[in-house]
Amino acid sequence: MILGLNEKEYFASGHRACPGCGQALAVRHVLKAAGDNTIIVNATGCLEVFSTPYPETSWKLPYIHVAFENAAAVASGIYRALKIQNKKSNILALAGDGGTFDIGLQALSGAIERKEKFTYVCFDNSAYMNTGVQRSSATEKYMETSTTPYGKKIHGNLLWKKPMPFIIAAHNVNYVATASVSEPIDINNKIKKALNSEGVSYVQILSPCPLGWKYESSKTIEIAKLAVETKFYPIFEIENGVLKLKNIENPKDVKTFLAMQGRFKHVNSNEVEEIKRYINEQWNRLLELDKSKAKL
Amino acid sequence: MKKIIECSTAIAEAVKLCNIKVIPIYPITPQTHIPEEIAKFVNDDEMNVELIYAESEHSMLSAAIGASATGVRVFTATSSQGLAYTFENLFIASGLRLPIVMVNVNRALSSPLNIWCDHSDSISARDSGWLQFYVESSQEAFDTVIQAYKIAEQINLPVIVCVDGFTLSHVYEPVEILEKNKVNSFLPEYKAKFKLDVNKPITIGAVVDQSKFMQFKKQQQDAMLDSIKIIKKVNIEFKNKFKRSYGNGLIETYNLKNKKKAIIAMGSICGTIRVLSGKLKNFGLIKIRCFRPFPKQELINICKNLKELIIIDKNISIGNEGALASEVKSVLFNKKIKIKSFIMGLGGKDVTLKDLEKTLKNKEGWIL
Repeated sequence: MILGLNEKEYFASGHRACPGCGQALAVRHVLKAAGDNTIIVNATGCLEVFSTPYPETSWKLPYIHVAFENAAAVASGIYRALKIQNKKSNILALAGDGGTFDIGLQALSGAIERKEKFTYVCFDNSAYMNTGVQRSSATEKYMETSTTPYGKKIHGNLLWKKPMPFIIAAHNVNYVATASVSEPIDINNKIKKALNSEGVSYVQILSPCPLGWKYESSKTIEIAKLAVETKFYPIFEIENGVLKLKNIENPKDVKTFLAMQGRFKHVNSNEVEEIKRYINEQWNRLLELDKSKAKL
Repeated sequence: MKKIIECSTAIAEAVKLCNIKVIPIYPITPQTHIPEEIAKFVNDDEMNVELIYAESEHSMLSAAIGASATGVRVFTATSSQGLAYTFENLFIASGLRLPIVMVNVNRALSSPLNIWCDHSDSISARDSGWLQFYVESSQEAFDTVIQAYKIAEQINLPVIVCVDGFTLSHVYEPVEILEKNKVNSFLPEYKAKFKLDVNKPITIGAVVDQSKFMQFKKQQQDAMLDSIKIIKKVNIEFKNKFKRSYGNGLIETYNLKNKKKAIIAMGSICGTIRVLSGKLKNFGLIKIRCFRPFPKQELINICKNLKELIIIDKNISIGNEGALASEVKSVLFNKKIKIKSFIMGLGGKDVTLKDLEKTLKNKEGWIL
């Protein structure tokens, strides 16, 4: 153990992720937190493609990939098959934001409602990266993607990101959390908490994508850190309906964060102001919830 | 013991006897009575199974795949739009070589919306790598579910048992419910050849590139073709144990001896054809029980002395012809048999003895 982190590796190197892939780093820490007695379900996406090129695999844990939208349903089947045999293993359902916010939402909602027992981890990189950076409902406003290009009339994506953690929390789940790949100890603690909670738990990890976000591959951690420090990506936990927000002392200007990435390079000063206002509104709402200790 | 029960109940009774561990369900007419009966068994403590109330057919089959990959016996059932909704999972289940058994209660595909029987739903899934049985009676539905596990688990391929919606699924007839201990000895406990196991980690569902993909598909095709002899063997084993069989397991004939003419069909319509054959005595019945794998050689042998063959399809490949017609013609293409094909009974259109008589006399086409 170093800093409470498992020294054992469950995700073999030599996989085919892009240099600087935030998701590959995040997965490594998620698996370390879960440990030996764990079964993995993976939705279609970058992770599945770069980690399982037959006849190779990066997975030192039992692993199944079925389709794009059904990780939560497959995990349900695994959980029940173990349950009827009186067996207990951690089950991790791993998916991207497209496989969670969009196409996988129904299956996830069903599994949560049924009180299946697994931890669902969404690696959020704000778009469909595996298919070539198309917009998802996790895409941030004004972000340029291949289906929301920066045009003369329309400046990238025109809608705010779907508030997925709250949609999950509205199902009365025991544990919902957001995290960032820049904080591996936080990921470790949250995955452990998630695995020890009742029913389906949900952890959403900010996982920058150098290709889709258009930045130097060495900057992944720096950008993930900045997303948190600028309040662009709030880090919080919702335990039994009660929200706890990670406080950011001396927040940095979001402008620095936006300027580092090609996906926002076109954003004009009015749009930056709009983004700032939105971030503040969201932050204040979270802060109110945090202070009130009211159950969501 | 024989009981007069609905076909859907008979199927649920068969499911109860098969030591199934996980059953994901989702309602769709006319399949509903099957999950309802199973739920009764579960809630009355007659069956120890994990029932998953899926929120869609897509999740239903996804959960079945997850459970099957974890090494337990799985059952599920659907119809029509439900089968269409979970379509991609059909190919995945067979590609992952999971011996899932699913009953499809045949119903027309929308649009126009129609809840009654035809075979357009399961025929659409013809190329998905699942074995397909079409049954004629409640007893055959009951027996086939049990046989299906025995076949599926030997070749690691999933099986769809097709049951005509309403005209069979909702019909009450006498069904012999087999004894549990006898079924146990016919169908021993399932031991998966591979599974998700923390003590022996494997990767299931990998990405396979251009260089190896065809080898996977060839293996599926080989397994499917090998299943022909397994189906025959299981049919004989079933006969030895329970004194009942269905032709050679793949094809069944009726009144065909010394006949020059036959009608070939699938599903409950075969019952009506039997009646007409008994009345007119000038033709026999060839019932295709197993549509996938398609019993080519067996069909050639059966048709050896025939001069005329009439094919009835309860489905239409729009732009061409019925699926059974295409299959049969391709098998008999160089044989000297006059072949006529008919589209009948789409969307539950009643097929009467009179309608069937028309197929003997009329030119090929649609019996509207």
